[in-house]
Amino acid sequence: MAQIEVEIQHLKEEVVNMGYLVKAQLQKSKTALTNFDKNLAREIVIKEKRVNGYELKIDRDCENILALRTPVAVDLRFILAVLKINNNLERIGDIAEGIAKYIIHTETKFTPQLLQRSKVLQMLEVGITILEDGLASFEHENTILARSIFLRDEFLDEVNFQAIGFTKAYMAENPSEIDETLYILSIIRKLERVGDQVKNIAEEIIFYIEAKVLKHNKDLLP
Amino acid sequence: MESTIIKAVNYNAYFGDNQVVKEVSMDIARNSVVAVMGPSGCGKTTFLRGINRMHELVPSAHANGKIWLNNEDIMEMHPIVVRLKIGMVFQRPNPFPNLSIHDNVLAGYKLNGIKLSKSERERIVEESLVKVALWKEVKDSLMKKGTFLSGGQQQRLCIARAVAMQPEVLLFDEPTSALDPISTAMVEELFKELKKNYTLIIVTHNMQQAARVSDKTAFFYMGELVEYDDTKLMFTNPTDQRTQNYITGRFS
Repeated sequence: MAQIEVEIQHLKEEVVNMGYLVKAQLQKSKTALTNFDKNLAREIVIKEKRVNGYELKIDRDCENILALRTPVAVDLRFILAVLKINNNLERIGDIAEGIAKYIIHTETKFTPQLLQRSKVLQMLEVGITILEDGLASFEHENTILARSIFLRDEFLDEVNFQAIGFTKAYMAENPSEIDETLYILSIIRKLERVGDQVKNIAEEIIFYIEAKVLKHNKDLLP
Repeated sequence: MESTIIKAVNYNAYFGDNQVVKEVSMDIARNSVVAVMGPSGCGKTTFLRGINRMHELVPSAHANGKIWLNNEDIMEMHPIVVRLKIGMVFQRPNPFPNLSIHDNVLAGYKLNGIKLSKSERERIVEESLVKVALWKEVKDSLMKKGTFLSGGQQQRLCIARAVAMQPEVLLFDEPTSALDPISTAMVEELFKELKKNYTLIIVTHNMQQAARVSDKTAFFYMGELVEYDDTKLMFTNPTDQRTQNYITGRFS
Protein backbone atom coordinates (compact mmCIF):
# COMPACT_ATOMS: atom_id res chain seq x y z
CA MET A 1 0.00 0.00 0.00
CA ALA A 2 1.40 3.41 -0.97
CA GLN A 3 2.18 5.79 1.90
CA ILE A 4 -0.49 8.22 0.74
CA GLU A 5 -3.08 5.41 0.90
CA VAL A 6 -2.07 4.66 4.47
CA GLU A 7 -2.35 8.32 5.44
CA ILE A 8 -5.67 8.78 3.68
CA GLN A 9 -7.10 5.69 5.36
CA HIS A 10 -5.94 7.01 8.73
CA LEU A 11 -7.45 10.41 8.00
CA LYS A 12 -10.72 8.79 7.02
CA GLU A 13 -10.82 6.92 10.32
CA GLU A 14 -10.18 10.15 12.19
CA VAL A 15 -13.06 11.91 10.41
CA VAL A 16 -15.40 8.98 11.14
CA ASN A 17 -14.35 8.99 14.81
CA MET A 18 -14.90 12.73 15.02
CA GLY A 19 -18.28 12.28 13.31
CA TYR A 20 -19.41 9.67 15.82
CA LEU A 21 -18.27 11.88 18.69
CA VAL A 22 -20.35 14.75 17.25
CA LYS A 23 -23.31 12.42 16.78
CA ALA A 24 -22.98 11.32 20.44
CA GLN A 25 -22.94 15.00 21.45
CA LEU A 26 -26.21 15.57 19.57
CA GLN A 27 -27.75 12.44 21.11
CA LYS A 28 -26.77 13.61 24.58
CA SER A 29 -28.22 17.04 23.91
CA LYS A 30 -31.53 15.35 23.03
CA THR A 31 -31.44 13.30 26.24
CA ALA A 32 -30.43 16.32 28.30
CA LEU A 33 -33.24 18.36 26.77
CA THR A 34 -35.82 15.63 27.33
CA ASN A 35 -34.79 15.00 30.94
CA PHE A 36 -33.65 18.54 31.71
CA ASP A 37 -30.37 16.96 32.78
CA LYS A 38 -27.95 19.76 33.59
CA ASN A 39 -25.12 17.36 34.47
CA LEU A 40 -25.32 15.72 31.08
CA ALA A 41 -25.42 19.18 29.52
CA ARG A 42 -22.21 20.09 31.36
CA GLU A 43 -20.63 16.88 30.08
CA ILE A 44 -21.47 17.98 26.51
CA VAL A 45 -19.76 21.33 27.08
CA ILE A 46 -16.64 19.61 28.39
CA LYS A 47 -16.57 17.07 25.54
CA GLU A 48 -16.78 19.90 22.98
CA LYS A 49 -13.05 20.41 23.59
CA ARG A 50 -12.43 16.94 22.18
CA VAL A 51 -14.39 17.85 19.05
CA ASN A 52 -12.22 20.95 18.66
CA GLY A 53 -9.12 18.82 19.18
CA TYR A 54 -10.21 16.53 16.34
CA GLU A 55 -10.78 19.54 14.10
CA LEU A 56 -7.26 20.86 14.66
CA LYS A 57 -5.70 17.43 14.21
CA ILE A 58 -7.57 16.74 10.95
CA ASP A 59 -6.68 20.19 9.58
CA ARG A 60 -3.04 19.55 10.37
CA ASP A 61 -3.10 16.09 8.79
CA CYS A 62 -4.69 17.51 5.62
CA GLU A 63 -2.02 20.22 5.51
CA ASN A 64 0.73 17.61 5.86
CA ILE A 65 -0.68 15.39 3.11
CA LEU A 66 -1.05 18.39 0.78
CA ALA A 67 2.50 19.54 1.48
CA LEU A 68 4.26 16.18 1.53
CA ARG A 69 2.27 13.92 -0.80
CA THR A 70 0.89 16.38 -3.39
CA PRO A 71 -2.33 14.41 -3.86
CA VAL A 72 -4.12 14.42 -7.21
CA ALA A 73 -7.41 13.15 -8.64
CA VAL A 74 -9.51 11.18 -6.12
CA ASP A 75 -6.91 11.76 -3.37
CA LEU A 76 -7.02 15.51 -3.90
CA ARG A 77 -10.83 15.52 -3.93
CA PHE A 78 -10.79 13.49 -0.72
CA ILE A 79 -8.53 15.98 1.07
CA LEU A 80 -10.57 18.96 -0.18
CA ALA A 81 -13.77 17.24 0.96
CA VAL A 82 -12.32 16.33 4.36
CA LEU A 83 -11.23 19.92 4.99
CA LYS A 84 -14.85 21.02 4.55
CA ILE A 85 -16.48 18.04 6.29
CA ASN A 86 -14.18 18.68 9.25
CA ASN A 87 -15.51 22.22 9.45
CA ASN A 88 -19.13 21.05 9.09
CA LEU A 89 -18.72 18.51 11.89
CA GLU A 90 -17.12 21.06 14.18
CA ARG A 91 -20.08 23.41 13.60
CA ILE A 92 -22.53 20.62 14.49
CA GLY A 93 -20.47 20.06 17.64
CA ASP A 94 -20.86 23.78 18.42
CA ILE A 95 -24.62 23.44 17.99
CA ALA A 96 -24.80 20.52 20.43
CA GLU A 97 -22.79 22.60 22.87
CA GLY A 98 -25.10 25.59 22.29
CA ILE A 99 -28.16 23.46 23.13
CA ALA A 100 -26.39 22.19 26.26
CA LYS A 101 -25.66 25.76 27.39
CA TYR A 102 -29.34 26.70 27.02
CA ILE A 103 -30.21 23.74 29.26
CA ILE A 104 -27.62 24.83 31.82
CA HIS A 105 -28.85 28.44 31.83
CA THR A 106 -32.59 27.73 31.84
CA GLU A 107 -34.01 27.70 35.33
CA THR A 108 -37.31 25.96 34.68
CA LYS A 109 -37.74 22.57 33.09
CA PHE A 110 -39.11 22.45 29.52
CA THR A 111 -42.64 21.02 29.73
CA PRO A 112 -43.41 17.82 27.78
CA GLN A 113 -46.14 19.79 26.01
CA LEU A 114 -43.65 22.41 24.79
CA LEU A 115 -41.17 19.77 23.66
CA GLN A 116 -43.83 17.83 21.83
CA ARG A 117 -45.71 20.66 20.14
CA SER A 118 -42.55 22.47 19.05
CA LYS A 119 -41.32 19.24 17.35
CA VAL A 120 -37.84 20.05 18.66
CA LEU A 121 -37.17 16.45 19.73
CA GLN A 122 -38.29 15.18 16.32
CA MET A 123 -35.90 17.67 14.75
CA LEU A 124 -33.09 16.38 16.92
CA GLU A 125 -33.91 12.81 15.94
CA VAL A 126 -33.89 13.69 12.23
CA GLY A 127 -30.62 15.60 12.68
CA ILE A 128 -29.01 12.62 14.43
CA THR A 129 -30.29 10.16 11.79
CA ILE A 130 -29.13 12.15 8.77
CA LEU A 131 -25.76 12.78 10.43
CA GLU A 132 -25.41 9.04 11.03
CA ASP A 133 -26.27 8.34 7.40
CA GLY A 134 -23.85 11.04 6.27
CA LEU A 135 -21.08 9.36 8.25
CA ALA A 136 -22.01 5.92 6.91
CA SER A 137 -22.05 7.19 3.33
CA PHE A 138 -18.60 8.76 3.89
CA GLU A 139 -17.20 5.62 5.48
CA HIS A 140 -18.58 3.25 2.85
CA GLU A 141 -18.48 5.64 -0.14
CA ASN A 142 -22.22 5.29 -0.63
CA THR A 143 -23.50 8.24 -2.68
CA ILE A 144 -27.06 6.86 -2.86
CA LEU A 145 -27.30 7.16 0.91
CA ALA A 146 -25.67 10.61 0.73
CA ARG A 147 -28.30 11.75 -1.78
CA SER A 148 -31.14 10.57 0.48
CA ILE A 149 -30.11 13.21 3.01
CA PHE A 150 -31.26 16.12 0.84
CA LEU A 151 -34.93 15.09 1.00
CA ARG A 152 -34.93 14.31 4.72
CA ASP A 153 -33.50 17.73 5.52
CA GLU A 154 -36.77 19.25 4.32
CA PHE A 155 -38.50 18.32 7.59
CA LEU A 156 -36.02 20.49 9.50
CA ASP A 157 -36.64 23.40 7.12
CA GLU A 158 -40.39 23.01 7.48
CA VAL A 159 -40.37 23.04 11.31
CA ASN A 160 -38.04 26.03 11.25
CA PHE A 161 -40.34 27.81 8.79
CA GLN A 162 -43.31 27.34 11.11
CA ALA A 163 -41.37 28.19 14.26
CA ILE A 164 -42.34 31.87 14.53
CA GLY A 165 -46.04 31.08 14.18
CA PHE A 166 -45.75 28.28 16.71
CA THR A 167 -43.82 30.45 19.18
CA LYS A 168 -46.34 33.29 19.03
CA ALA A 169 -49.27 30.96 19.48
CA TYR A 170 -47.66 28.93 22.26
CA MET A 171 -46.56 31.98 24.24
CA ALA A 172 -50.04 33.46 23.96
CA GLU A 173 -51.51 30.23 25.32
CA ASN A 174 -48.79 29.68 27.95
CA PRO A 175 -47.52 33.06 29.17
CA SER A 176 -45.71 31.40 32.07
CA GLU A 177 -43.39 29.59 29.61
CA ILE A 178 -42.14 32.55 27.61
CA ASP A 179 -38.44 32.11 28.47
CA GLU A 180 -38.51 28.37 27.77
CA THR A 181 -40.39 28.88 24.51
CA LEU A 182 -37.82 31.41 23.33
CA TYR A 183 -35.01 28.97 24.18
CA ILE A 184 -36.83 26.30 22.18
CA LEU A 185 -37.15 28.74 19.25
CA SER A 186 -33.39 29.29 19.41
CA ILE A 187 -32.79 25.53 19.49
CA ILE A 188 -35.05 25.06 16.45
CA ARG A 189 -32.98 27.68 14.59
CA LYS A 190 -29.80 25.80 15.50
CA LEU A 191 -31.21 22.44 14.45
CA GLU A 192 -32.16 23.82 11.06
CA ARG A 193 -28.47 24.61 10.61
CA VAL A 194 -27.56 21.01 11.56
CA GLY A 195 -29.57 20.02 8.48
CA ASP A 196 -27.60 22.48 6.34
CA GLN A 197 -24.27 21.22 7.70
CA VAL A 198 -25.17 17.58 7.02
CA LYS A 199 -26.35 18.51 3.52
CA ASN A 200 -22.97 20.17 2.95
CA ILE A 201 -21.29 16.97 4.14
CA ALA A 202 -23.38 14.96 1.65
CA GLU A 203 -22.37 17.33 -1.15
CA GLU A 204 -18.71 16.90 -0.28
CA ILE A 205 -19.05 13.11 -0.23
CA ILE A 206 -20.56 13.17 -3.73
CA PHE A 207 -17.81 15.56 -4.90
CA TYR A 208 -15.12 13.28 -3.51
CA ILE A 209 -16.52 10.04 -4.93
CA GLU A 210 -18.19 11.15 -8.19
CA ALA A 211 -16.30 14.38 -8.91
CA LYS A 212 -19.66 16.19 -9.24
CA VAL A 213 -20.18 19.63 -7.74
CA LEU A 214 -23.71 19.85 -6.34
CA LYS A 215 -23.18 23.07 -4.44
CA HIS A 216 -25.36 25.89 -5.82
CA ASN A 217 -26.61 23.52 -8.52
CA LYS A 218 -30.20 22.59 -7.84
CA ASP A 219 -30.51 20.72 -11.13
CA LEU A 220 -28.25 17.98 -9.84
CA LEU A 221 -30.09 17.54 -6.56
CA PRO A 222 -32.48 14.57 -6.28
CA MET B 1 -9.69 28.60 -32.85
CA GLU B 2 -6.75 26.32 -32.19
CA SER B 3 -5.32 24.45 -35.14
CA THR B 4 -3.68 21.05 -35.15
CA ILE B 5 0.03 21.01 -35.90
CA ILE B 6 0.81 17.34 -35.19
CA LYS B 7 -1.65 14.59 -35.90
CA ALA B 8 -0.77 10.96 -35.20
CA VAL B 9 -3.06 8.37 -36.74
CA ASN B 10 -2.74 4.71 -35.75
CA TYR B 11 1.00 5.08 -35.23
CA ASN B 12 2.90 1.90 -34.35
CA ALA B 13 6.58 1.56 -33.48
CA TYR B 14 8.67 -1.57 -33.13
CA PHE B 15 12.10 -2.76 -32.07
CA GLY B 16 12.42 -5.88 -34.18
CA ASP B 17 9.28 -7.90 -33.46
CA ASN B 18 8.62 -6.09 -30.20
CA GLN B 19 5.84 -3.54 -30.65
CA VAL B 20 6.42 -0.68 -28.20
CA VAL B 21 3.88 1.87 -29.46
CA LYS B 22 0.43 0.59 -30.37
CA GLU B 23 -2.11 2.34 -32.57
CA VAL B 24 -1.53 5.77 -31.10
CA SER B 25 -3.78 8.52 -32.45
CA MET B 26 -3.64 12.02 -31.06
CA ASP B 27 -3.95 15.63 -32.18
CA ILE B 28 -1.60 18.27 -30.82
CA ALA B 29 -2.67 21.89 -31.06
CA ARG B 30 -0.32 24.59 -32.32
CA ASN B 31 1.35 26.69 -29.60
CA SER B 32 0.32 24.29 -26.89
CA VAL B 33 2.37 22.35 -24.34
CA VAL B 34 1.65 18.64 -24.20
CA ALA B 35 3.08 16.46 -21.45
CA VAL B 36 3.53 12.75 -22.09
CA MET B 37 3.76 10.57 -19.01
CA GLY B 38 3.67 6.92 -18.12
CA PRO B 39 5.73 4.24 -16.38
CA SER B 40 9.13 3.17 -17.70
CA GLY B 41 8.84 1.11 -20.86
CA CYS B 42 5.38 2.41 -21.74
CA GLY B 43 6.52 3.72 -25.15
CA LYS B 44 6.37 7.44 -24.43
CA THR B 45 9.96 8.21 -25.43
CA THR B 46 9.72 5.96 -28.48
CA PHE B 47 6.60 7.84 -29.55
CA LEU B 48 8.41 11.16 -28.99
CA ARG B 49 11.39 9.99 -31.04
CA GLY B 50 8.98 8.82 -33.73
CA ILE B 51 7.69 12.35 -34.16
CA ASN B 52 11.03 13.57 -35.55
CA ARG B 53 12.02 10.26 -37.15
CA MET B 54 14.73 9.48 -34.61
CA HIS B 55 13.20 6.15 -33.69
CA GLU B 56 14.34 4.62 -36.94
CA LEU B 57 17.99 5.47 -36.19
CA VAL B 58 18.07 2.43 -33.92
CA PRO B 59 19.00 -0.74 -35.84
CA SER B 60 15.98 -3.07 -36.20
CA ALA B 61 13.56 -0.28 -35.31
CA HIS B 62 10.68 0.46 -37.63
CA ALA B 63 7.33 2.19 -37.56
CA ASN B 64 4.07 2.47 -39.45
CA GLY B 65 0.92 4.51 -39.34
CA LYS B 66 0.84 8.24 -39.95
CA ILE B 67 2.17 11.31 -38.22
CA TRP B 68 1.22 14.55 -39.90
CA LEU B 69 3.09 17.81 -39.43
CA ASN B 70 0.57 20.37 -40.64
CA ASN B 71 -0.49 18.72 -43.91
CA GLU B 72 2.68 16.77 -44.54
CA ASP B 73 3.19 13.13 -43.63
CA ILE B 74 6.50 13.06 -41.78
CA MET B 75 6.98 9.43 -42.79
CA GLU B 76 7.19 10.64 -46.39
CA MET B 77 9.45 13.61 -45.65
CA HIS B 78 13.24 13.53 -45.61
CA PRO B 79 14.31 12.84 -41.99
CA ILE B 80 16.70 15.81 -41.98
CA VAL B 81 13.89 18.14 -43.05
CA VAL B 82 11.68 16.67 -40.32
CA ARG B 83 14.37 17.32 -37.71
CA LEU B 84 14.83 20.89 -38.90
CA LYS B 85 11.13 21.50 -38.30
CA ILE B 86 10.88 19.42 -35.15
CA GLY B 87 13.79 20.03 -32.78
CA MET B 88 14.68 17.91 -29.81
CA VAL B 89 16.19 18.47 -26.37
CA PHE B 90 17.41 15.54 -24.35
CA GLN B 91 17.52 14.45 -20.74
CA ARG B 92 21.11 15.46 -20.06
CA PRO B 93 22.45 18.78 -21.35
CA ASN B 94 24.68 17.89 -24.26
CA PRO B 95 26.40 20.97 -25.66
CA PHE B 96 29.25 20.16 -28.02
CA PRO B 97 32.22 20.20 -25.62
CA ASN B 98 34.70 21.48 -28.18
CA LEU B 99 32.49 24.35 -29.36
CA SER B 100 32.00 27.78 -27.85
CA ILE B 101 28.62 28.96 -26.60
CA HIS B 102 28.31 30.99 -29.79
CA ASP B 103 29.10 28.04 -32.05
CA ASN B 104 26.90 25.67 -30.07
CA VAL B 105 23.91 27.86 -30.90
CA LEU B 106 24.82 27.73 -34.58
CA ALA B 107 25.74 24.02 -34.60
CA GLY B 108 22.59 23.02 -36.50
CA TYR B 109 23.48 25.34 -39.36
CA LYS B 110 27.10 24.21 -39.48
CA LEU B 111 26.25 20.52 -39.39
CA ASN B 112 23.73 20.97 -42.18
CA GLY B 113 26.16 23.01 -44.26
CA ILE B 114 23.98 26.11 -44.21
CA LYS B 115 26.07 29.23 -44.83
CA LEU B 116 25.19 32.40 -42.92
CA SER B 117 26.57 35.90 -43.13
CA LYS B 118 28.30 37.31 -40.05
CA SER B 119 25.36 39.60 -39.28
CA GLU B 120 22.90 36.68 -39.63
CA ARG B 121 25.02 34.58 -37.30
CA GLU B 122 25.15 37.30 -34.67
CA ARG B 123 21.45 37.94 -34.97
CA ILE B 124 20.53 34.23 -34.64
CA VAL B 125 22.87 33.73 -31.67
CA GLU B 126 21.48 36.73 -29.82
CA GLU B 127 17.83 36.02 -30.64
CA SER B 128 18.13 32.36 -29.69
CA LEU B 129 19.87 33.08 -26.40
CA VAL B 130 17.35 35.82 -25.59
CA LYS B 131 14.50 33.38 -26.24
CA VAL B 132 15.90 30.95 -23.68
CA ALA B 133 16.65 33.73 -21.16
CA LEU B 134 20.39 33.03 -21.34
CA TRP B 135 21.60 36.09 -23.24
CA LYS B 136 22.16 38.34 -20.23
CA GLU B 137 24.11 35.61 -18.47
CA VAL B 138 26.48 34.74 -21.34
CA LYS B 139 26.66 37.75 -23.68
CA ASP B 140 30.12 38.63 -22.40
CA SER B 141 31.47 35.11 -22.64
CA LEU B 142 30.10 33.84 -25.94
CA MET B 143 33.45 32.47 -26.99
CA LYS B 144 33.86 30.32 -23.89
CA LYS B 145 33.12 26.63 -24.19
CA GLY B 146 29.51 25.58 -23.69
CA THR B 147 30.62 23.14 -21.04
CA PHE B 148 31.83 26.12 -18.98
CA LEU B 149 28.21 26.78 -18.05
CA SER B 150 26.21 25.30 -15.16
CA GLY B 151 23.91 22.32 -15.83
CA GLY B 152 20.82 24.50 -16.02
CA GLN B 153 22.56 26.99 -18.32
CA GLN B 154 23.81 24.15 -20.51
CA GLN B 155 20.28 22.82 -20.88
CA ARG B 156 19.05 26.28 -21.88
CA LEU B 157 21.94 26.46 -24.35
CA CYS B 158 20.74 23.17 -25.85
CA ILE B 159 17.24 24.62 -26.12
CA ALA B 160 18.76 27.71 -27.80
CA ARG B 161 20.54 25.41 -30.24
CA ALA B 162 17.20 23.79 -31.12
CA VAL B 163 15.39 27.14 -31.29
CA ALA B 164 18.10 28.60 -33.59
CA MET B 165 16.91 26.35 -36.41
CA GLN B 166 13.48 28.01 -36.21
CA PRO B 167 11.54 24.78 -35.80
CA GLU B 168 7.79 24.60 -35.44
CA VAL B 169 7.79 21.93 -32.77
CA LEU B 170 10.18 21.23 -29.89
CA LEU B 171 10.40 17.79 -28.34
CA PHE B 172 11.76 17.43 -24.81
CA ASP B 173 12.76 14.08 -23.35
CA GLU B 174 12.77 14.51 -19.56
CA PRO B 175 14.49 17.88 -19.97
CA THR B 176 14.92 18.68 -16.28
CA SER B 177 15.61 15.28 -14.75
CA ALA B 178 19.32 16.12 -14.45
CA LEU B 179 18.74 19.64 -13.09
CA ASP B 180 18.41 21.05 -9.59
CA PRO B 181 15.06 22.61 -8.53
CA ILE B 182 16.15 26.20 -9.31
CA SER B 183 17.33 25.31 -12.82
CA THR B 184 14.19 23.20 -13.27
CA ALA B 185 12.02 26.18 -12.35
CA MET B 186 13.89 28.35 -14.88
CA VAL B 187 13.39 25.81 -17.65
CA GLU B 188 9.71 25.46 -16.73
CA GLU B 189 9.30 29.24 -16.85
CA LEU B 190 10.96 29.12 -20.24
CA PHE B 191 8.30 26.72 -21.54
CA LYS B 192 5.68 29.44 -21.06
CA GLU B 193 7.70 31.82 -23.23
CA LEU B 194 8.58 29.22 -25.86
CA LYS B 195 4.92 28.27 -26.20
CA LYS B 196 4.22 31.64 -27.79
CA ASN B 197 6.28 30.66 -30.85
CA TYR B 198 6.50 26.88 -30.77
CA THR B 199 4.56 23.77 -29.91
CA LEU B 200 6.15 21.81 -27.08
CA ILE B 201 5.87 18.09 -26.42
CA ILE B 202 7.49 17.04 -23.16
CA VAL B 203 8.09 13.53 -21.92
CA THR B 204 8.36 13.66 -18.16
CA HIS B 205 8.38 11.32 -15.21
CA ASN B 206 7.69 14.25 -12.95
CA MET B 207 3.91 14.38 -12.69
CA GLN B 208 3.92 17.68 -10.88
CA GLN B 209 5.94 19.12 -13.72
CA ALA B 210 3.37 17.83 -16.20
CA ALA B 211 0.66 19.45 -14.07
CA ARG B 212 2.56 22.74 -13.84
CA VAL B 213 3.61 23.29 -17.43
CA SER B 214 1.26 21.53 -19.82
CA ASP B 215 -2.08 22.36 -21.40
CA LYS B 216 -2.84 18.74 -22.19
CA THR B 217 -1.45 15.51 -20.81
CA ALA B 218 -1.19 12.10 -22.42
CA PHE B 219 -0.88 8.93 -20.35
CA PHE B 220 0.81 5.96 -22.01
CA TYR B 221 0.73 2.43 -20.65
CA MET B 222 2.19 -0.68 -22.28
CA GLY B 223 2.50 1.10 -25.60
CA GLU B 224 -1.07 2.36 -25.66
CA LEU B 225 -2.30 5.89 -25.33
CA VAL B 226 -4.69 5.31 -22.42
CA GLU B 227 -5.94 8.85 -21.93
CA TYR B 228 -5.28 12.25 -23.45
CA ASP B 229 -7.09 15.25 -22.09
CA ASP B 230 -6.83 18.71 -20.58
CA THR B 231 -4.20 18.61 -17.85
CA LYS B 232 -6.56 20.06 -15.25
CA LEU B 233 -9.02 17.28 -15.92
CA MET B 234 -6.34 14.58 -15.97
CA PHE B 235 -5.13 15.60 -12.52
CA THR B 236 -8.50 16.18 -10.91
CA ASN B 237 -10.81 13.65 -12.49
CA PRO B 238 -9.17 11.25 -14.94
CA THR B 239 -11.55 9.02 -16.87
CA ASP B 240 -9.54 5.81 -16.99
CA GLN B 241 -8.85 3.86 -13.81
CA ARG B 242 -5.29 3.13 -15.00
CA THR B 243 -4.56 6.85 -15.25
CA GLN B 244 -5.99 7.40 -11.78
CA ASN B 245 -3.92 4.54 -10.38
CA TYR B 246 -0.75 5.90 -11.98
CA ILE B 247 -1.07 9.51 -10.93
CA THR B 248 -2.12 8.61 -7.39
CA GLY B 249 0.81 6.20 -7.04
CA ARG B 250 -1.30 3.07 -6.83
CA PHE B 251 0.24 1.38 -9.85
CA SER B 252 1.39 -2.17 -9.31
